[in-house]
Amino acid sequence: MTKLLKDGKVTPDTWVHVTDGDAVPETGPVIVTLARWQAEHNSLAGRTDGLGIRLESGQSPEAIKDDLARFAVVALEFPKFGDGRAYSHARMLKDRLGYEGEVRAVGDVLRDQYRAMYRCGFDALEIAGDRPADKLEADWRAALGELRHAYQPALRGPEPVLRQRHRAAAA
Amino acid sequence: MVQRVVTGNRLADGVVIYLGQDGGWTSKIDAARVAADEGEAKLLEDIAKAAEKARMVVGPYLIEVTDADGAVTPVRYRERLRAYGPSVHPEFGRADVPDHLRMGSEAEFVHLNGVAG
Amino acid sequence: MYRYDEFDHAMVKDRVEQFRGQIARRMAGDLSEEQFRPLRLQNGLYLQLHAYMLRVAIPYGQLNAVQMRKLAHIARTYDKGYGHFTTRQNIQYNWPKLSQVADILDELASVEMHAIQTSGNCIRNVTADQYAGVTVDEVEDPRIYAEIIRQWSTFHPEFTFLPRKFKIAVSGAVGADRAAVRFHDIGLFIVRDDAGEVGFEVWVGGGLGRTPMIGKKIRGFVAKADLLAYLEAILRVYNVLGRRDNMYKARVKILVHETGTEEFTRLVEAEFADTRGGALDLPAEEIERIAAYFQPPAYEALSDDPPALTARRFEDKDFNNWVRVNVARHKVGGYAIANISLKPVGVPPGDMSADKMDAVADIAETFSLGGIRVTHEQNLVLPDVRQDRLYDLWLALRDQGLADANLDHIGDIICCPGLDYCSLANARSIPVSERISQRFADLDRQYDIGELRLKISGCINACGHHHVGHIGILGVDRKDQEYYQITLGGAPGEDAAIGTKVGAAFSAAEIVDAVETVVNTYLAIRQPKERFIDTYRRVGDAPFKESLYDKAA
Repeated sequence: MTKLLKDGKVTPDTWVHVTDGDAVPETGPVIVTLARWQAEHNSLAGRTDGLGIRLESGQSPEAIKDDLARFAVVALEFPKFGDGRAYSHARMLKDRLGYEGEVRAVGDVLRDQYRAMYRCGFDALEIAGDRPADKLEADWRAALGELRHAYQPALRGPEPVLRQRHRAAAA
Repeated sequence: MVQRVVTGNRLADGVVIYLGQDGGWTSKIDAARVAADEGEAKLLEDIAKAAEKARMVVGPYLIEVTDADGAVTPVRYRERLRAYGPSVHPEFGRADVPDHLRMGSEAEFVHLNGVAG
Repeated sequence: MYRYDEFDHAMVKDRVEQFRGQIARRMAGDLSEEQFRPLRLQNGLYLQLHAYMLRVAIPYGQLNAVQMRKLAHIARTYDKGYGHFTTRQNIQYNWPKLSQVADILDELASVEMHAIQTSGNCIRNVTADQYAGVTVDEVEDPRIYAEIIRQWSTFHPEFTFLPRKFKIAVSGAVGADRAAVRFHDIGLFIVRDDAGEVGFEVWVGGGLGRTPMIGKKIRGFVAKADLLAYLEAILRVYNVLGRRDNMYKARVKILVHETGTEEFTRLVEAEFADTRGGALDLPAEEIERIAAYFQPPAYEALSDDPPALTARRFEDKDFNNWVRVNVARHKVGGYAIANISLKPVGVPPGDMSADKMDAVADIAETFSLGGIRVTHEQNLVLPDVRQDRLYDLWLALRDQGLADANLDHIGDIICCPGLDYCSLANARSIPVSERISQRFADLDRQYDIGELRLKISGCINACGHHHVGHIGILGVDRKDQEYYQITLGGAPGEDAAIGTKVGAAFSAAEIVDAVETVVNTYLAIRQPKERFIDTYRRVGDAPFKESLYDKAA
């Protein structure tokens, strides 16, 4: 069981991940794999209850760029927390591809990577384990505040130091 | 019969340690508990894994030892360096190392390679 | 040199607190070793054979006297009284305690130093030409851009879990390459285009280790404003496409090799088309702001070869040798660049005691406007010495045992810590280095041999850069005995080359004789003015193989 940490709050999660080979539930919002989408997009495309897609770390968002408007959620996998491809994929989704839905981190999602995930554009994190919701929310706040500045631009986070310096100089 | 002991590093300070005869962890290989058979080696591994969870040791593993010289000594030269200290800084290692195992460049080369350096 | 502003100070301070918290969670059992390991690596902390090891960053090799004194203090207070300068211009401490590391980092932060990203699968210390800013042959000072890249790469949220480590080097010199730029994941040369505008020539995919490769030039010119956008493009392509299935094939050099240079370049350019002209634009004001920190000091108007210097050189043979060998030409008349060799006979190469660090700090203040550089060949540089004070400097260095005049000669050995310290190693390297340096201790003999770059690694990871040694030695484990492989003909600079294995490995007892055989072979067949590497390039492996292995010889 995982908890969904979205915008800093533990939120009830109505989305269901559908394993390849299992039947897709008739109702309710579902997240399917890329392989499933590619095989069954005709039947899935018409789904009114909400459709999401799950990409493995080796699957680029380029593969779904023409269909982004169909997905309310794009879940990006961290098979191990050390596999950092999803950080780039999240940025590609939001930055270049203009995706406006929820980008969700799933898999080996750990506290010490919350801030990097936030800055790269993840909107929600699925967190395994039994840490209570209030502690998770406190972890989130602490993680984001741990480094008060950022040198480089990213999707989110503090205004890059560069801009702050030159604004101060111009003032 | 292959003899083994368990070794690792201490979490707080990184010091090389061995699972001791008394079940605790010692920095001296002489006081290590020696497993004489596979069963006992497995037992030591299990103890070590539990100790790792209890943060007493980092990354424990089994190594081969011999008591050919009357003292427990590692078989592999890598483990001798861990047991006795860096050969290039003998002052940072153990003071009580037998002469033929002493970590000094000349003595080490002579002992390991059987010829003068 | 660069001075921290409030933002830089806050950055290192916050990082120390973050890591202090992570250490506490590790000690309390809230983090497993597997989860903690990448976090501690990205704060420079390894667990080695005997103890933890802390690698402190020395950004592009630049230090001032205050910082050097702090490094000495840390060696004394938290370690065993010494430190080790590395082949990436950093310093390593071999005996810190995990329980004290956060305190060490606090102390470093107080003098604008840190251990950020000196390990881990992230962008590491950006290295640069050790003569930056003071050499005659420079387009622009590479330290400016090394500092800009350092900031951009620090805590970059997208590139914190790359497939493997990532190393960047910058050189501003024309012709010469003192930073081994072609052997880095990204190498940057500062160049001028046809219009005279200054920008960067970009090389990607160089590296040593298991599969040494010379980098490929992927772009002849990147404008200054586009520098970070271009780097980000390369890193993003690497992060997404670099191999994750096999850690020995995960560096960007493998990606470039397997993808092909042309296709790799196309991918980068496609990404660059996106990153260019946006938030990563590097404004001229920021370049100027940072460049201002590297403005030359107020030099006095002096002449070259003042009588005081030439007279002393004439009188004192040892001093003359030191000037001839260890002192390089400064761009300003009457000044000189003085190298301090950390390779005296019988000391591990690159090691320095706390007392000697303090002495060098004093000497730097007295003779070199407080500036010190660390080279990737594990030596130090005093960049701004008045020629008329070289003699007094030499006396002061000699008093400290720091006046070995062996730069770039066989006594100036580059050597990794090896199995005496490193858990990755297969064999010890330092004892071999010490025995070679003893065998060739005679300076006149070293001078007769001439320029000879000898580099020793204790394992295939090649931290001793043996692949680019004129003579390289690689330690291997054969049937639980230490053996040593010789390579010949490597070169790290503008004449980049990877050494070739000369034949079967030698035992620990044989290796020093083998090196001497190689040297004697060179001496027997060299032509006038030929350095070792020149002779090798003329005759190839054959004469050396014959001397080493031919039983009849």
